[in-house]
Amino acid sequence: MWRRGVAVAGLILIAVALLPAGVPARAGTRLNVVASFSILGDFVREVGGDRVAVTTLVGPDSDSHVYRPTPDDVRRVAAAQLVIINGLGLEGWLPRLVAAAGAHAPIVTATSGIAPRRPAPGEDRSHDVDPHAWQAVPNARTYVTNIRDALVTADPGGAAVYQANAQAYLVRLDSLDREVRAGVARIPPPRRRVISTHDAFGYFADTYGIAFIAPQGVSTDSEPSAGDLAAIVRQVKAEAIPAVFLENMSDPRLMRRIAAETGARIGGTLYSDSLTGENGAAPTYIDMVRHNIKTLTDALAP
Amino acid sequence: MIVNALFAPFVEFEFMRRALAGVLALALGGAPIGVLLMLRRMSLVGDAMSHAILPGAAIGFLLSGLNLFAMTFGGLIAGFSVAILAGVVTRVTELREDATLAAFYLISLALGVTIVSIRGTNIDLLHVLFGDVLAMDTPTLLVIAFNTTVTLLLLAVIWRPLIVECVDPLFLRTVSRAGAPAHLAFLALVVVNLVSGFQALGTLLAVGLMVLPAGIARFWSRDISGMIAVAVVAAAISGYAGLVLSFHTRVPSGSAIILVAALLYFLSLLFGRAGGLLRRLFPAPHLEA
Repeated sequence: MWRRGVAVAGLILIAVALLPAGVPARAGTRLNVVASFSILGDFVREVGGDRVAVTTLVGPDSDSHVYRPTPDDVRRVAAAQLVIINGLGLEGWLPRLVAAAGAHAPIVTATSGIAPRRPAPGEDRSHDVDPHAWQAVPNARTYVTNIRDALVTADPGGAAVYQANAQAYLVRLDSLDREVRAGVARIPPPRRRVISTHDAFGYFADTYGIAFIAPQGVSTDSEPSAGDLAAIVRQVKAEAIPAVFLENMSDPRLMRRIAAETGARIGGTLYSDSLTGENGAAPTYIDMVRHNIKTLTDALAP
Repeated sequence: MIVNALFAPFVEFEFMRRALAGVLALALGGAPIGVLLMLRRMSLVGDAMSHAILPGAAIGFLLSGLNLFAMTFGGLIAGFSVAILAGVVTRVTELREDATLAAFYLISLALGVTIVSIRGTNIDLLHVLFGDVLAMDTPTLLVIAFNTTVTLLLLAVIWRPLIVECVDPLFLRTVSRAGAPAHLAFLALVVVNLVSGFQALGTLLAVGLMVLPAGIARFWSRDISGMIAVAVVAAAISGYAGLVLSFHTRVPSGSAIILVAALLYFLSLLFGRAGGLLRRLFPAPHLEA
């Protein structure tokens, strides 16, 4: 935490020094929109189409939890006409960044209107509310309508375009939602459980009924001890959990060991906080959700 | 109850049995190497070598991805190169071994860090290279067992020149020319056992399982066979007790093993029969006469 604080404080100084000379020209006649992270950026691109120039601060394959603003980011925010954030405490660093940039652009929270979910006991308590609302596709609808309204307010001339784009995208989201539900339906109800260290799937679990069970008493950040491994093995055996998704065990041999010891399947990669680059498995939001539900059904369906 | 706490983990979980097998094999090969390092005043060499193998592992990773054998093999080559270059330079120039080794291992480490950053991967290369004592798959166990076997066989061959050179290098030079090759072979064995140790303990701390048992042994025995026996037993106890500790307390296994070895070391330092602090402060009565 403190390092981010220091980084931001340093950037405020740099930004103040750079600002008089640093504001770049507007990108043509397009609306300059800054989105805080890659998934929001994808939504804005879908709704805005050619009328907006989107930049994301936390790009693909990056983790917004360890984000450090660069001077370039400060300049982008300073040049923005509209800033879109997730809210729910995901971008704690953003107000300082905006203040540092001296930006006057309106800041729109894409999650307004979504009922925030409080982490259940035993989940990651670093946030008061769970910010990962986008993992449930119905919530993504709210994101899109909020972004549409924000774009219309910022650029009334393009209202018709934004509404048409948003409408088309909402239809695709609806069919994505049906796809996810169909995927879950292929998994027999008793098998809809995974042991997972991911803390980003709370909304997904609530909406679609796949339980993400945290390994008990296992620290998710540090190296696993023999006791941690034993606890996971026992829990998987005792509750007959069909699959295990562990993001912190970077050693594939460790995962294979757990699989050999329990008979559970080792799940693949789930994307939670950011999209991948152009050639990755999840370059857009829809690709990401598809990838995740396929990975889950592959691991859980009998 | 206590018996249960000591044995049940190994009965219930296969990964604990595999970890124990790996650590015991490591103790058998690494401890004698550690004793010889100590007698040759090279205890810090192990630490230097552990950094020297990084660029080889990184190149192995660049060439074939997360392939354990490529990375291990690359690490071996880098370690051998540094060991042999340092050994040769020491023998043909006036620089001492510690100075040449320090130079070469730092060059090697810098190369390694550079290579890793060129790739710019977010995979924790060291972690994957080093493996984990809890994730002993069959190939890893075989690599460790193979390395231990080679170590013991080769040690048997170069035993005499090594020991004579520890005691009286000038004498050895007058009666035999085996000194230099034996020394280089010994350095190679150091590298082999470091690679084993990384596979087993998953951390640079692996050097500790070579060096600490040697230090322990020094406080209990004055002849080399005795020292090696004590060192092997101390390393094996550390491995076993460390695993049990990690099982019950959630301390990462690699550090738990080294912490147990450190505890044994301090106990030996205090109570050791051969030169322990208490013996020094309160000598046995028959010496006072």
